[in-house]
Amino acid sequence: MASDPVATRSGSAPGGGRGRVSSRTGLTVLAVIVSLISLFPVLWMVTSSFKTRTTVTDGNPLPRDFTFDNFVYVFTEVPFARYLWNSFFTSAVITVVALFFHSMAAYALARLRFPGRDRLFGAIFATLLVTPPVVLIPLFMVARQLHLLDSYAGLIVPAVFNAFGIFLLRQFYLQLPRELEEAAVVDGCGHWRVYWNIVLPMSRPILSALAIFFFLANWNAFVWPLVATSDQDLTVVQLGIASFQTQYGSNWNYILAAATVAALPMLLLFFAFQRQIVESVKTSGLK
Amino acid sequence: MSGVVTPERRATTAPAGASSAARGPRLRRERREWLAAGLFLAPDVLGLLVFVAIPMVLSFALSFFQVSGFGSYEWIGLGNYRRMMGDPLFWDSMKITGLYVVVLVPVLFCVSLGLGLLVKQRLPGVGAYRTALFMPYVISLVVVGVLWKFLLDEQTGVVNRAMRAAGFDGASWLGSPGLALGCVIAVTVWVMMGYYMIIFLAGLQEIPREYYEAARLDGAGPWTTFRTITWPLLRPTSFFVLLMSTVAALTGGLDLIFVLTNGGPANGTSLAIFYIYQQAFGFGEYGYASAMGSFLVLIMVIVSAVLFTVTRGGRFDDGE
Repeated sequence: MASDPVATRSGSAPGGGRGRVSSRTGLTVLAVIVSLISLFPVLWMVTSSFKTRTTVTDGNPLPRDFTFDNFVYVFTEVPFARYLWNSFFTSAVITVVALFFHSMAAYALARLRFPGRDRLFGAIFATLLVTPPVVLIPLFMVARQLHLLDSYAGLIVPAVFNAFGIFLLRQFYLQLPRELEEAAVVDGCGHWRVYWNIVLPMSRPILSALAIFFFLANWNAFVWPLVATSDQDLTVVQLGIASFQTQYGSNWNYILAAATVAALPMLLLFFAFQRQIVESVKTSGLK
Repeated sequence: MSGVVTPERRATTAPAGASSAARGPRLRRERREWLAAGLFLAPDVLGLLVFVAIPMVLSFALSFFQVSGFGSYEWIGLGNYRRMMGDPLFWDSMKITGLYVVVLVPVLFCVSLGLGLLVKQRLPGVGAYRTALFMPYVISLVVVGVLWKFLLDEQTGVVNRAMRAAGFDGASWLGSPGLALGCVIAVTVWVMMGYYMIIFLAGLQEIPREYYEAARLDGAGPWTTFRTITWPLLRPTSFFVLLMSTVAALTGGLDLIFVLTNGGPANGTSLAIFYIYQQAFGFGEYGYASAMGSFLVLIMVIVSAVLFTVTRGGRFDDGE
């Protein structure tokens, strides 16, 4: 059906060599422009956080009166270190516990045989369709019933359970060669030993990719901490930024310094583990 | 499906003729495997039950109750749904949600697909472009909201500064309902485009290179190649992106709205999920909010089903 346009195209083929080069240049220019659009707001935030109150809105890309005072202010006048610690602690615990539980569940779903396995996997998969905002209210009530509100446990426990990780890990475990564990079983290893000594070490790449992803998602979490905590000592960094912003209104130099501090760990993590993050996004889309 | 697995298993575990003698250990081993599976699965299954499945059911159940403050529940049947039907603010929020979804999803789709196609090319420095385009995704929506509030400020924001420098009047970006919703959409596209770009890129890289070679030898131009090779073969990825972004748009955006516009001005960015949140946690109307939430879930299910039928489904490979 496409024979017609093809015929006309091949007619103009002689000039194709040069056209290819110039279109490549055009695409490169386009790529540079969209990359700049993507980067610009973040760069602007970082440079502005080194400006003073009077120059923060002056519209210059770089600060003329470079200062660290905003950062000093953020850490001395507001318990920002505490916020960062809360975010780090909860995100790290969630990540470790979630990966442990999910890899166990995924191992059973992928490698063990038991009645109702596929139906159970279907049910677990179906929970992916329940988006967090939808169950926010009942989750709040469940957490209140379990006395989890205003505690680290309340920030951590509900965030652990997510079918996404189980799904990706199961997908990975299905691809592992069966001979390994069969040899182990013949040697008399129990299922726990097979999981702990063979499967877990083999899944290091996917576990590290997921770890970064989980840590990132939980560091950036806002709505659940907002609902689940009111205690100042439990404030996570995203909550801290949001309330800081309402308190300090137009003191953009402080607000942007705080925002930079909150974003920096994730940006560093991203630049350090870019490949893993991108890989885990890719696999999530393929399956 | 486990029945399918059993025969093949029997074949491997009972090779010798003495079937009655092998039955005992085989059964014990099978039982042990079941037990192990149960223990491996227990923490996650329990957790998903308590923190996802039960809340989902509870949400629906709550919608038939009037919940006041701490603890007291009163059965009011369809009262909350009747109230919802007559609540103009809710329907306004649904209209805004509809507009938000209808604009955001196609724009995000086209931008991400375009970027995916762009960074699939072997351009000089393509790795750097991919990095730059994905980067906004790793920043929290709270920081994104704060940052764009700064950039879009009517007096001092850099966006208006640039517009004035170019000879235009600046706009009150977050000061008028329509523009503010547009800004929320634009900022969401800015955050999410890199994520879906990577998903499209993965889909594009799955397409065998030989097809493109063949098309090139036939002298097909870029548009013909896209229409006859890329688009049809990319369909599962497109479906995935469409479904994910629609579901996310229907119930998402809460973080960003909180910081960037707080639902304003004049409720212009009060998405349904934001209105529901306000009713629940602002006014303690948990029952009423649950009714609206259930309605939103219903819409979500219908929209997903329609998408599934229209696109004849992306094949969700379940691995077996």
